[in-house]
Amino acid sequence: MEQMKVLLKNVGKIRPESAKDYINAGGFEALRKALSMSSDEIIQTLKDSGLRGRGGAGFPTYRKLQFACSTENDTKYVVCNADEGEPGTNKDRILLSGDPCAIFEGMAIVGKAIGAHMGYIYMRGEYVYLREMLYKALENCEKEGCLGKNIMGSGFDFVIKLRMGAGAYVCGEETAMFESIEGKRGEPRYRPPYPGVHGLFGKPTVLNNVETLANIAPIFRNGTEWYRTIGTEGSPGTKLFTVIGNVEKRGVYEFPMGINLKELIYDVCGGIPDGKHLMAVQAGGASGPFINKDQIDIPLEIDYVAASGGRLGCGTILVIDDSNCIVDMVCNNLYFFKEESCGKCTPCREGTTRLYQLARKISDGKGTMKDIDAIKSLGETMNNASFCGLGRSATVPVESAIRNFYPDFERHIDKDFCPVCDREGRMQG
Amino acid sequence: MINLTIDGTEVSVEEGASILDAARKANVKIPTLCYHPDQTVKAVCRICVVEVEGMPGLQASCSTPASEGMVVKTASPKVIRARKDIMELIMARHPMECLGCQQNGRCELQNVAASLNMSKPSRYPLDIRKATIDNTSPSIVRDMQKCILCGRCEETCSDVQEIMVMAKENRGYYSMMVPPYGKKLVDTPCVNCGQCVQVCPTGAITVKDDTEKVYSFMDQDKVMVASIAPSVRVNLAEALGEEPGTVSTGRMITALRKIGFDRVFDTDFAADLTIMEEGSELLDRIQNGGTLPMFTSCCPAWIKYAETFYPEHLDNLSSCKSPMEMFGPLIKTYFAEKVKIEPSKICSVAIMPCTAKKFECQRDEMNASGYQDIDVVLTVQELARMIQTAGIDFKNLEEGEFDNPFGLGSGAGLIFGATGGVMEAALRTVYEKVTGKEMDPLDFTPVRGFEGIKEASVDLDGTVVKVAVAHGLGNARKILQEIGSGRAQYHFVEIMACPGGCIGGGGNAPRTWAKVEERKRAIYEEEKRLPVRKSHENPWIQQIYKEYLGAPLGEKSHQLLHTHYVNRHDLLGS
Repeated sequence: MEQMKVLLKNVGKIRPESAKDYINAGGFEALRKALSMSSDEIIQTLKDSGLRGRGGAGFPTYRKLQFACSTENDTKYVVCNADEGEPGTNKDRILLSGDPCAIFEGMAIVGKAIGAHMGYIYMRGEYVYLREMLYKALENCEKEGCLGKNIMGSGFDFVIKLRMGAGAYVCGEETAMFESIEGKRGEPRYRPPYPGVHGLFGKPTVLNNVETLANIAPIFRNGTEWYRTIGTEGSPGTKLFTVIGNVEKRGVYEFPMGINLKELIYDVCGGIPDGKHLMAVQAGGASGPFINKDQIDIPLEIDYVAASGGRLGCGTILVIDDSNCIVDMVCNNLYFFKEESCGKCTPCREGTTRLYQLARKISDGKGTMKDIDAIKSLGETMNNASFCGLGRSATVPVESAIRNFYPDFERHIDKDFCPVCDREGRMQG
Repeated sequence: MINLTIDGTEVSVEEGASILDAARKANVKIPTLCYHPDQTVKAVCRICVVEVEGMPGLQASCSTPASEGMVVKTASPKVIRARKDIMELIMARHPMECLGCQQNGRCELQNVAASLNMSKPSRYPLDIRKATIDNTSPSIVRDMQKCILCGRCEETCSDVQEIMVMAKENRGYYSMMVPPYGKKLVDTPCVNCGQCVQVCPTGAITVKDDTEKVYSFMDQDKVMVASIAPSVRVNLAEALGEEPGTVSTGRMITALRKIGFDRVFDTDFAADLTIMEEGSELLDRIQNGGTLPMFTSCCPAWIKYAETFYPEHLDNLSSCKSPMEMFGPLIKTYFAEKVKIEPSKICSVAIMPCTAKKFECQRDEMNASGYQDIDVVLTVQELARMIQTAGIDFKNLEEGEFDNPFGLGSGAGLIFGATGGVMEAALRTVYEKVTGKEMDPLDFTPVRGFEGIKEASVDLDGTVVKVAVAHGLGNARKILQEIGSGRAQYHFVEIMACPGGCIGGGGNAPRTWAKVEERKRAIYEEEKRLPVRKSHENPWIQQIYKEYLGAPLGEKSHQLLHTHYVNRHDLLGS
């Protein structure tokens, strides 16, 4: 199957820090168009395109702009979420390191739409090695008159600043990111007030994922009708998928929304290596559900995945073969959440650790059926009552694993055979 | 107005009200832990979650605005299950030492747990946070094992008092509210105001309990002398379960006698003495080119604050000791001589609304009598517990009277208990001294009330004296910055560390602004009833100057009633 490179078009083909290369490849044409458009026209274009957020929730992008646009304030901000904290996810890194100017262009268009003159890129701490290159790219864009003061003679100013994260997963949550940019402890804020009204430094703010922003320039360059021909009715455009785990060809792939998960694993990525078989897939990052091998014949499209109880999220596909143990995977997953809970609210701060302890107990062969009930009930409470999405969705993997791999949990509780745990000398009790 | 339905009851609330506000209006009780009526909404404990029709999951009622047509269920099985689960999580980290906890019976966490009917055994192993008790401060004890991370103390310390002594460290399950860099409280710029104690919903931050010290002095057959701060009489009954603003002057005296005190004195008297000295000092500074503005020095938390954060202003502080510390040496000299008791045989206990007084009484400067002038400071909370321990039926106690030779305090001394009171009391005396006329009206309302910074001016026969009053150290910082930059010029500034003044002090029963408002009402009403309302007209004050002290600012005064200050800037680190 052939990839469809819209976002990755320039990656590897131009020098990332070179604004000239980007312009020669058609860059900043979209911004030039947008500069001659009114706020309403820009937002209408985004509405017509059907573009939805690529960070996780799939929220219609134009509506975020609408909120910020309709709030009166002299100072507004555009924030680019480049925190990319989902384990195994690399798509934003590829975009940032291969075609950063496209992201700047997207931010400037958003800035023009809402009347913001300042943008922040909040970048994952581990991507610090990209910083110098990005500074150069920003500088070059300003030299070419495509960023900074009086862009392309339009009178519109837009400056982009870079801020580094320090390794907190929760800072990918938009309000926690604002706190972090403001120099505070990275903890989420409650809503309302929403970021469109009271965001970064208390000003109306639009925050978008790197990939979402990368979609904006192509939309303005090629038109919404063209964009609508790609992907599905509800989720137009292409999507970057980071396929990781037990497949022949791991990597970041760009396909139209709606590509079949099974085809992605077997046809694109070459299936499971070493003669092993598929056991489970976790789609959508660390908080995505674990599904079993009979559940993978689905189109990867925001609404379909959501309707089936999962989420497309950032488009990360973790493929797990049958030499692994799902209970072990769940423990690993819960360990991640217990380490990454910020500690602000009770259900998540305490619950993530307790879920881990319960799962570990089962994994170690010391669990009982009551522990499964406890996981379910605690999971429900965390899901219902946690402060932010982290605590609310941290329960999805373990709950889905219990639902979709129930016999494996029973086996551990009965201290029956488990190939992985036996190999590692666990389940002796 | 917004109309919504809560548990089947229709209720109308103002725009901007939360579901919690609406529920309270509808007399529906929703349990809370991190919510505090005086503070910003935090929505972190999640115990107040409710079900809202059409919204996914559960919503924190404290942070979710009420909206038109909303249908809320506050006690559905789903809600109760979630609340119990959350409480179970909290309890699985909490030391189950309730019987031995200072807050036993007064603890918000305990009350919420009781209301949730937590009767099943926990599904989780008890895992208490690894934290040692910090009892290095003379005023405040921190036991972070009992902390539920509600964030109230941080808000009061950082945003109200702006001292910023505590904040969250570490992440997730390992989060802990601590002073920076692993410091103990005594090594931080903490001013001992106790406002964190006031808002802590558990036993994590408590008043350092000195009641045992008092019993042990009693065992040593000391002559037990109590002196009672102005605001205590409007706070004590509340700490024992009566309505806020209940005045219990007479009952309080009787209770102290029953507990075992031989003499009970009124610190209002010493407050009058403070006015005599401080008023004279002010006039002296104005007339002889002394450092201005002069700052009041009654509040030990404010003093430590100035010594730590604004040592450049130490010359602005009045050299007068606080009323408590003026009283201390007089008890061990004047009183001791008068009744012929060896001062070493006296145990002088001050009953205060204040945790910082515990620090003040241990200061090196405070032994003008040759002994530690005040041996023990008890807060209102501690006295209330001693009264309970003694089995005294406080509510039905007969009224007692203060002992001589300090029999009476004036109304001016009494209003020391509220913000602006020292200023008003001083102006009553200074005005009359300079002009020869009584201030008219005697109630000087511009300095009353809870506005953060209050300004006024008084014409003293041609000399216009500009005064200002600040309460809460955040406001103190503001006024000091204005003065430091030259933007504001005053002659006399009153500063109290606690919001509301001593009636909002850290040693009282837990505060809310509504309660402090009641206490204020009580103190001004009580003042009007007193026979003498100006310090210089207090006959006992006139007598002590005649018999013992001579004149204000005289040699004896200097020896006993005035002090000096210490630069503590190094507490801020470099």
